Amino acid sequence: MSAPTVDVPDSPAELTRSPSLGEYFRSYVDRVRGGDIGSLPAIFGLVVLVIVFSLLRPVFFSAGNFANLLTQGAPITVIAMGLVFVLLLGEIDLSAGFTSGVCAAVLATLLTDWGWSWPLGVLVALAVGLLIGTTMGSLVARVGIPSFVVTLAAFLAFQGTVLLIIGEGGNVAIRDQTILAIENKNVPPVWGWILWAVSIGAFAALMLMQAQRRRAKGLAAEPMAVLAAKVGGLAVLTGIAVYVLNLERSRNALVISLKGIPWVVPIILVLLVVLSFVLGRTAYGRHVYATGGNAEAARRAGIKVANIRTSVFMVCSTMAAVGGIIAASRANSVDPNAGGSNTLLYAVGAAVIGGTSLFGGKGKVRDAIIGGAVIAVIDNGMGLLGYSAGIKFIVTGLVLLIAASVDALSRKRAHATGRA
Amino acid sequence: MTANATENGTPILQLRGINKSFGPVHVLKQVNFAAYPGQVTALVGDNGAGKSTLIKCIGGIHPIDSGEFLFEGKQVTVHGPRDASALGIEIVYQDLALCDNLDVVQNMFLGREQTTSIVLDEASMEERAAKTLKSLSVRTLRSTRQLVASLSGGQRQTVAIAKAVLWNSKVVILDEPTAALGVAQTEQVLALVRRLADQGLAVVLISHNLVDVFQVADRIAALYLGQLAAEVKAKDVRQPQVVELITTGRTEGVESELPTSVDEGVTA
Ligand SMILES: Nc1ncnc2c1ncn2[C@@H]1O[C@H](COP(=O)(O)OP(=O)(O)OP(=O)(O)O)[C@@H](O)[C@H]1O
Ligand SMILES: [Mg+2]
Repeated sequence: MSAPTVDVPDSPAELTRSPSLGEYFRSYVDRVRGGDIGSLPAIFGLVVLVIVFSLLRPVFFSAGNFANLLTQGAPITVIAMGLVFVLLLGEIDLSAGFTSGVCAAVLATLLTDWGWSWPLGVLVALAVGLLIGTTMGSLVARVGIPSFVVTLAAFLAFQGTVLLIIGEGGNVAIRDQTILAIENKNVPPVWGWILWAVSIGAFAALMLMQAQRRRAKGLAAEPMAVLAAKVGGLAVLTGIAVYVLNLERSRNALVISLKGIPWVVPIILVLLVVLSFVLGRTAYGRHVYATGGNAEAARRAGIKVANIRTSVFMVCSTMAAVGGIIAASRANSVDPNAGGSNTLLYAVGAAVIGGTSLFGGKGKVRDAIIGGAVIAVIDNGMGLLGYSAGIKFIVTGLVLLIAASVDALSRKRAHATGRA
Repeated sequence: MTANATENGTPILQLRGINKSFGPVHVLKQVNFAAYPGQVTALVGDNGAGKSTLIKCIGGIHPIDSGEFLFEGKQVTVHGPRDASALGIEIVYQDLALCDNLDVVQNMFLGREQTTSIVLDEASMEERAAKTLKSLSVRTLRSTRQLVASLSGGQRQTVAIAKAVLWNSKVVILDEPTAALGVAQTEQVLALVRRLADQGLAVVLISHNLVDVFQVADRIAALYLGQLAAEVKAKDVRQPQVVELITTGRTEGVESELPTSVDEGVTA
């Protein structure tokens, strides 16, 4: 029996034809209008905030403050990068803040009190994070306790753990030069430029190779102009950043010179590349998105949903450990409130403000970076304007609420236009 | 049925005495079912008769309580969806089971992504997906990279079917594949069902539309309240008889497999 005659496309290429520049742009606008807005509101907000703060306090727009912003935002950004994994499944980890605190406390104790070397200390701190994540993930995925409850319990318990390790009113100083360097030392300017050139070159090569491969198979590829614009735009923006960070920012350069990219920046970039690769380019990452989008469909596709669910908590807690180490480096010490106060809310806020959905299935690791930048800018800018911590908390809370509303509304809109 | 078995060769998929309960609800009772290579077996029955449950048992979604599962004459145990697809069984579920947040290609390869070392081979997957969609004469899809959330009911249906025929499977089971489709698309799916069987696959088609069933089916199995009422050749029965099998479990001129007192089974 032959297929009934209906207008069949001439070739499979019809489904996969490369769009022209105009078509590409139009389909992008279509997507945005359909509610697929990603990080757009956060980027827009970031630009507005930077302009407003720069006008009100010119010192905000200085090389010194730029470097400040980066080191200030680093710990919560790293924690947020891990939280993206958990949020992608529609779960939450309320303990991420204190998990970072516990790991930082472990690190500080090992380095300072026990005299361990930094690689061993870091390894153990990361292992503690991994263990915490595995335990919580198993309780959620295998026992079936809602993640809200598991991590809320852990939130309280870890707060106590930090207190026990450090001791009430205590404070363990970090003296290890390598750990301190993360947030307090800079990449030599020349190496900053080399790093920049290599990264941009690798990015351009990857994009080109991918497009070439798709064209060779007759599949739709991004127009060359878009590719060039992406690479060029990234090169210019990051180039400006490297240039500014390589300026002398010491008030008294003769006494101490202060220039270069803070070491924490390349660390975050490596984490960003690795985690983005895992989420975007591996079967595991695909399964994370699938489980977050429709767990039953994932199960029927043979995906071990419980393993995926456990794994995202492992990633999250391990990243929290990294965040804790960075925070310890920034503070030069670990106190009983490490990872407490606003850490968790800032981290969740960073992920959500950046465009990761609280409903699961939608989000990228880079959202955490963009959202983390927004939070750091608000915190830093309002500090410069002389507002008290109380006002800062209220404003950040409001921004988080706005981001969550944008998330909920864009989801509603996506439903209305059939894009879920 | 024994007479048929010799005539049709051996069934590729055979279930014997399958029982399945959800808690106190006994949904499948001693069900026998078979699918033959090169033939379309229609599975009919009223709402709640247990059709979807039966195929979910075949697909390893629900574990069976008791009964034999034979594939190519050998006894097998299917513990999960992976076991079923490893045997060569592909199922299009009634609720489709697609991920809205993934695109067409990503859905078609879900759980069986192609990779080069550990990196997803997007280009190859997209190429294969496009070929399969083309072979199904899919005409309304704008792009293989469209999110499934943005597809119409019929388009989603087609993607689910394409996902099932993408793999060189031996048995394809479709649970009400035409329920959401318009006239033209329904014709296409039925033509596809026939084409798959003609290629030598065993096809199982669940449908409430008896006109469709008679158009493509070689055999008809009727489920009545979780029991197999009869399994007959399509050319040996007429539509009213099948209607009677569906609604009462027995009909004039067809030997019913049900025990004499049907009502006994209803008490569950
Ligand atoms: N997961 C489950 N838990 C409990 N009961 C279930 C479950 N799945 C199905 N059932 C019950 O099993 C019976 C058979 O359901 P099933 O979905 O197999 O029917 P069906 O023949 O596919 O019906 P339809 O034509 O409406 O799709 C129904 O009474 C249903 O309520
Ligand atoms: Mg059904």
